[in-house]
Formats: sequence, C-alpha cells, structure tokens
Amino acid sequence: MRNDRTTEDIARGIRVRVFEHTIRNNGGYLSQACSAAEQLAFLYHEGLNLGPSTMPLVPPPFGGVPSAGNPGYVTGAGYNGPFDAVHDRLFIAPAHYALVAYACLIEAGRMAPEGLEMFNKDGTSVEMIGAEHSPGMEVHNGTLGIGLSTAAGLAWGRRRMGHSGRVCVFMSDGEVQEGQTWEAVQAAAHHGIDNLWALMDVNRQQCDGAMDDVMTVGDIATKFRDFGAVVAECDAHDVATLRAAARTPHPGRPLIVLAHSRPTQGMESLMPRFPRLHYVRFKSDEERDRLNRQIAAELGISPVAVGAH
Amino acid sequence: MQMVNRPYEAAFEAHALAHPEVLCLSADLTSSCEVDGFRDRHPDRFLSLGMAEQNMLSFAGGLGLAGFRPFLHSFGVFLYRRPYDQLMASVAYPRRRVRLMGFLPGVTTPGGMTHQAIEDISVMRTIPNMTVLEAGDATEVESIVAEADTVDGPVYCRILRGAVPRLFDTPLRIGRMRVLAEGTDVLVVTAGITTEEAIRARGALAAAGVSVRHLHLNTLKPFDAAQIVDHAASVRHGVVTLENHLVAGGIGSMVAEALAEAGLGRRLVRLGLQDTYAHGGSRPYLMKHYGMDALALVRSVERLTGHATGIDEGALGAVRIDAVHSAVKAEAL
Repeated sequence: MRNDRTTEDIARGIRVRVFEHTIRNNGGYLSQACSAAEQLAFLYHEGLNLGPSTMPLVPPPFGGVPSAGNPGYVTGAGYNGPFDAVHDRLFIAPAHYALVAYACLIEAGRMAPEGLEMFNKDGTSVEMIGAEHSPGMEVHNGTLGIGLSTAAGLAWGRRRMGHSGRVCVFMSDGEVQEGQTWEAVQAAAHHGIDNLWALMDVNRQQCDGAMDDVMTVGDIATKFRDFGAVVAECDAHDVATLRAAARTPHPGRPLIVLAHSRPTQGMESLMPRFPRLHYVRFKSDEERDRLNRQIAAELGISPVAVGAH
Repeated sequence: MQMVNRPYEAAFEAHALAHPEVLCLSADLTSSCEVDGFRDRHPDRFLSLGMAEQNMLSFAGGLGLAGFRPFLHSFGVFLYRRPYDQLMASVAYPRRRVRLMGFLPGVTTPGGMTHQAIEDISVMRTIPNMTVLEAGDATEVESIVAEADTVDGPVYCRILRGAVPRLFDTPLRIGRMRVLAEGTDVLVVTAGITTEEAIRARGALAAAGVSVRHLHLNTLKPFDAAQIVDHAASVRHGVVTLENHLVAGGIGSMVAEALAEAGLGRRLVRLGLQDTYAHGGSRPYLMKHYGMDALALVRSVERLTGHATGIDEGALGAVRIDAVHSAVKAEAL
C-alpha cells in the first residue's frame, strides 16, 4: 500500500489526528501516539505486505459478539487486508493503543476520518480499548501479554499450510512484566517459528508511571535472547534504523525488534506531566488551552478549535 | 463389568489420523493423558507446549484462527484455573474450535486441592460459547473424541483415564442424556463416575422396593432442562443429584435452576462436595468421605421417601453391575 507519502509524513499525520482528538475529547492516549507513530506508520506503509482493505471506509456499527446465533460476525482485521496465503497478518497487542492504530488506518487510507469520530461512542465498533471487531484488530489483546502467544499459534499454522505471509505483533514493553510473554517466546523458539516477528514500543512507560518505578524489568534484550529470540534494536523515531532492524534475518527463531521510543516525541510540551502519561486527561481548562497552543505549534498546525466545556 | 484399559488412547489416535486438521497439544502431561504413544508415532501432529498453560491456551487460539482443531491434553484443573483469562479471550470469545481434554476430573486424582478440578463444570458452563461434556464410561471416553470435534466452537470434556468400566454399548451423543431407569419414586441424576455409584445403589434400592428413575448426563452444556423437568414431574418424592464436583454451580445447581424456572415444586437433595475442598486420597476413600458414593445416595433417597431401606455397605457391595444394553433404553431422544 505504498503511495507518494513517506512513512515520516504518515507518522506526523497520526500525531496530529490523535492530538486533535485528545484536545476535543479532553483526554486520550496521547503519549502512545508520540512513542508509536513511526512504528505503526512503518508497519502499514512499508513494513508489512498487506492487501487492500476489505471493509467499508466508514466502520459499520457494532455487529454483536461471536455466538452461534450471529453467523454474520466479522473481526476488524479486514481493514488490514484479505486473509490469504501471501499477505502478512498484524495483531495490535496493546489494545490501549487503539486510538493511535485507528489514526494510522486513516492516514494509510484504510478508514475514513469519520471513523475516529465514532471512537468510544456507544454502539460503534471503534472502541476505546480495541476489541477484535474494532477496525484493524483481529483478536482481543486488552488484558495484555496474550497477543504474542496467539500470533505464535497462527504463525505455526500458517507455516504448516505453506503460507508465505508472516505474522507480526505490535507490542508494548509493559507486556514483558507478564509471564505469558516469556512463555510465548520460549514456545516460538522451541518450535522454530520464524515467520513470526514483533515490533515492541519500548517507551518505558505504563499505567502507573515509569516502568522502573512500577516494576523493574532489567535488560529485556538479553532476556529475549536468552529465551531464544533474535533481537534487533533501533531508534523508534528514526525510520531508517527501524527499517534496518525489521530486516534482521532470524532463521529458526522469532524476531523481536525493540524500538526505543520517547513518550513525548513530537510533543515536548507534555514533558511536565512525566511520568503520568499513560492516559492524558487535562487537569484544567487552562492546562488544555496551554497544551493546545504549545503542541499545535510543535506539530506546525493551528490550535484545535474547542467549544466551552 | 468389563474394564477397558486406556480407552482414550486409541480413540484419539484413530480420530486424529482421519482428520488432518486435528492437532495434539500437551503441557508436560503427555503420558498422564495417554497421548505419549501418539506423540511417538506421529510427532508431526504433536506440539509440546511445556508447563506453560497460559501460552498453550492462546497458542491454541492462534491455531484455531489458522483453521486447525487443536486437542489440548492436561489435567482438567490446569486447563482453566491458571489460564482463565487466556481461555476467555483467546478461545471462548472468538469461538475457536479448541478441544479441552480435561483428565482427572473431581476426586479421581489423589493429587489433592491443586490437582482436583472440583469447580470446572461451574466455571465452564458459565462461559458463553462453551460446550461442556463429561464421559461416564469407556464407551463415552471412546466416543467423546469424535463427538466433541463436531462442535463449531470450543468444548471442555471431563475425561476418564486408565482402567475405565464399560457401562454403555451406544456412543455418547451431544444433547442426549441416557435414561437408565424409569422408576416413579425418586429421580436420580448423575454424570461421570457417579453414574456407576448410582447403578450400584439402584440395584439395592430395587430389592428394597424403591422405584428409581435414573438419568445419566454426558452433555452438561447445552443442558436439556425441559427433559429434566419432565422426568422430575413423573416421580413421587423428589430428586437427588450426585456429582463428582461441588454442588454449587454444577449438576445440582443446573437441576435446581431447571425446576425453579419451570415452577415445578420437587424436593431436591444435592450430593457432591458441599462448599469444601477435598484432599489427597484414593477415589473410593474420597467418595465415601465426602458423601459422593452409593451409600450416600441411598441415604438421600431414604430422606426423600421417609422410609429406611436397611441397605448397608455389604448390600451395595453385593450388587452386580452389568453393561447397560440398548434394551434398557440406553438413550432417550
């Protein structure tokens, strides 16, 4: 799905959309856009082999949960293209990045801007925590730590069926606190699942604050290697290094790309809030107005017009 | 009564070989779940997932997404307690065709609290999209494999291993309870290993002049409440449920819900674990200790009828148990 835009340009567009949405809604997962914009832009624009979306540009309303009585149920994975042998599959493991992922779908031309207006609105599929029926999602990962295991199973199955398409998981570094992540890596290594790779947003932040304060995780690159993965590291905001890291050969093993990011990249005005960045909710009208002006200036756009609230 | 050695082993192998989308998964309990021979003979169909059940459940969800039908082999308790979140998110919600083969249900293991699945029916039957089956003899163990694999969604099965008695000569069919006796005094509802206990008790009760209606359940979800109510309505004194499980949330609860929703007033005695953990010990010891055996059933029937039968352990031990042949109406439609 290449076009004449650059990955950097798409990343900028993601930041702008998430920023505007956050200001209008008096809160949002803003720092995830800062840290992950280049990563998601890279995956959709050049890193993955995705076919054209099979879903409507404007997301359909919530169509019910899977059940024997709901034969028309579909996941949101069609926004990432068809399920065939040659195309890649993508799981967004940290479902809390949904706002950023939806913004990316718009920038990638897979969803209409109206889709973001449905975000967190009752009766829509564009849910706050991405569900498997949400645009771009294929499985539920909202409890964190389960995405890589599911992807490993899918990858094993695809290899068995002779698919050339690979399975990619976009992950967050907080997930390394979950034991299941390590179970998944060891299983993928044990079974030689090398059509599986993960791009991990290493922003060192989690809900309670800085990871080092919440639960020290140590040297995760060494830990991943010890559990059997091939590890590549890069600057999450330098697309050239991201590109190179994603190309790291990993025969017989899964690849984990650790993309070292900054939770305020592109919006340095957020820094005074550090380390309370997981969900940015403005403490006052004054703070919102100030950040609206400051971040808009950083992004090179006009401040968002907001009504009285 | 015929005893069959390791009925699961051959049944699974035959089914898997006939269906290439079936995979055999194990979490370090391969010989304990009677699939070690399958592993050795068909290594390309076997996935060792190690002692890591959380990953196994989500991994199986991924295999299901790819179109495979993985059979997960472990002790029942390990398939839902630790990996409950994974069971919900990766298997049950998306209706993956994952077959959870839960060995050593209830007090069939001497392993104590950590190994005894005593609330699995309660947990599993409340999960949307889940089907719950329980094998009560060798024939049902043999037939549960193919039957479970017909379900378009996840299935949890309580499986018996080792030397298993053959009580039935017709296969398990989902949704079809077995009517083993059509008496008119008391309705007895059993499943799994408690059915053999009830057959033993029935022999002695018949000799004492008590007419028992006996239902054997192998499908716990979906639960045929209407048929339970019909049978309960056709007995004089009430209903006894006997289950290898806590009485809360299991068969006793299901029957109570069925009677209440139908507005049918019948006394109900629920036998099984009474809001307690069990401990490690032999199966006969545990069944006696926790009031889950034939004698406990006889005493409950006496409570409902108001008449002492004089039946003691000696009388129960003397009851001969034969296979249930189709002439005795082994299956109700």
